[in-house]
Amino acid sequence: MDQFTINLLFVGGSFALYIGIAIWARAGSTSEFYAAGRGVHPVTNGMATAADWMSAASFISMAGLIAFTGYDNSSFLMGWTGGYVLLALLLAPYLRKFGKFTVSEFIGDRFYSPTARMVAVICLLVASITYVIGQMQGVGIAFGRFLEIDTTTGLLLGSCVVFAYAVFGGMKGVTYTQVAQYCVLITAYTIPAIFISLQLTGNPIPALGLFGEHTASGEPLLAKLDQIVRDLGFAEYTAAHGSTINMVLFTLSLMIGTAGLPHVIMRFFTVPKVSDARWSAGWTLVFIALLYLTAPAVGAMARLNISELMWPNGTDGAAVSVEQINTSEEYAWMATWQKTGLLDWEDKNGDGLIQYYNDGNAELQARAEANGWAGNELTNFNRDILVLANPEIANLPSWVIGLVAAGGLAAALSTAAGLLLAISSAVSHDLLKGQLTPNMSEKGELMAARISMAAAIVVAVLLGLNPPGFAAQTVALAFGLAAASIFPALMMGIFSTRINNTGAVAGMLAGLIVTLLYIFLHKGWFFIPDTNMFTDADPLLGPVKSTSFGAIGAMINFAVAYIVAGMTKETPQHIKDLVESVRIPRGAGAASDH
Amino acid sequence: MNVKNDTNAYWQANVRLILISLAIWALVSFGFGIILRPVLAGIAVGGTDLGFWFAQQGSIIVFLGLIFFYAWRMNKLDKEHGVDEE
Repeated sequence: MDQFTINLLFVGGSFALYIGIAIWARAGSTSEFYAAGRGVHPVTNGMATAADWMSAASFISMAGLIAFTGYDNSSFLMGWTGGYVLLALLLAPYLRKFGKFTVSEFIGDRFYSPTARMVAVICLLVASITYVIGQMQGVGIAFGRFLEIDTTTGLLLGSCVVFAYAVFGGMKGVTYTQVAQYCVLITAYTIPAIFISLQLTGNPIPALGLFGEHTASGEPLLAKLDQIVRDLGFAEYTAAHGSTINMVLFTLSLMIGTAGLPHVIMRFFTVPKVSDARWSAGWTLVFIALLYLTAPAVGAMARLNISELMWPNGTDGAAVSVEQINTSEEYAWMATWQKTGLLDWEDKNGDGLIQYYNDGNAELQARAEANGWAGNELTNFNRDILVLANPEIANLPSWVIGLVAAGGLAAALSTAAGLLLAISSAVSHDLLKGQLTPNMSEKGELMAARISMAAAIVVAVLLGLNPPGFAAQTVALAFGLAAASIFPALMMGIFSTRINNTGAVAGMLAGLIVTLLYIFLHKGWFFIPDTNMFTDADPLLGPVKSTSFGAIGAMINFAVAYIVAGMTKETPQHIKDLVESVRIPRGAGAASDH
Repeated sequence: MNVKNDTNAYWQANVRLILISLAIWALVSFGFGIILRPVLAGIAVGGTDLGFWFAQQGSIIVFLGLIFFYAWRMNKLDKEHGVDEE
């Protein structure tokens, strides 16, 4: 059986499983989508939240970004897990006690202002749509590889599947489907990692293998990797190279953003009790950590494998030959990935060998001159393909490759569907039904939900064709926006009675607008290419890249809210009482009845 | 009035616990993982240093411990102050 058929079997089989579960879950209960969650056990909820949360960025993109930059991209690991501490300590239990269904509803009620609710909806839409772009990129890459077509066609095809999936998934209690998706994606992520860890270090646990010994050379794995990349003129894997300030701000933006993403917060409304909301955040992080502790191992080991494949005779010997790439079984993955347009090489000096090195490095330039090299000949290696190509690079059995394809799609689809659902409910429920046309019929609301879902996909596809970065970087922008707008409003709503309606609205608007401006200045207006005035290589504010600005946006939000609230009318007594009641768990059952 | 006082004491205990937890949260990630990494450079862990380990794995493990500790402690506090859900 050829690889294509195996991929088809795994992807088709996993899809059949999700649909089967969705139908089974529906037959068991006719309760509404929202209500379906009420009785969900914290562990089950944790697993479903983990699937909802871990997207194409976590599964497909993150390990690749770590592989090619090493230590500097640890921000993704700390940021996307540290946010759960903020969520568990500062938001989840109180929002569960409040007992409404959407984040904008809490903001609207706590700040006794329909305007605040509208502003929250706008913040939610901007952050979610940016997030969907990153998912569509991942879907495009996964479909491109798995159907052996170019990424653009993959993206268009994938968007149709996402649309069908979101419309379908949105109708039913998705919790159990997400549990299945979690199982598929964690298996798909871990199995190749275990194989590779065994090959390289003899340790079956990748997280331990990362700090273990490289069997072939007898040196520690990371020391070996450092030496190889140094030989090729690249920055040392374990050393810090970027600005410390930027790394702190970037990590903080990802943390605050995680705690401010509406589709994640919403999950904690579904557990039965306040105490369960606290446990559930912990369980979610357990399931996320299973992938996140493996990811840095996947990155480092893949980088080592690629370097060794390109230099089969060691970094001092001859590079891999074009003939070897074209004929050897070991290099077959390169030809397959070339078709997606995300991997390419060129024998510039015509010596029949492909030299992969950093041609910007002075020492290597000298070596290149001595040997007649004409620049780096591995001309394109898109970071986003690393995880999907990883089993092929390590020469693993074909069923593992099929499994990874299914896992990548599960990650992208579950998150894209969840986001589209959040977008459509914000438009139809909060914006249209709540504000503009309160008399709209249920049928009309449903129609509006579908239309807004379709519109969101069209926007995401258009922007996904010219993405502002690799999938995980695009997603990082979404986190910055959520960090600057939603998280501060929620936190102040719970921990301060002083912040009033005007303060909250001014804070959210200031945070959102300033952050959006900073991103557009660096990534182009509305992400349109070539309309940017600055680049992330040389940002407007010293070392602060556009992906790191969310933390500053959040500080602006806090500051503006405090100043404006200090100058305007005090919060009324009944709102202060509301805040008091949110702070204590007793009576949560009653609160959930409305 | 007694009830009101107890609610205040409960909230203060909660805020104190949050502050302690967040101090640890910041120390392991921003501290050990990033800013204090050069200070920890002498401590070798598997071919690299302790700071690298905290940045790529250690923080995540501490985060997990923090959330479960907070949940356990708060659920106990709820009962002590009589504000738990029946």
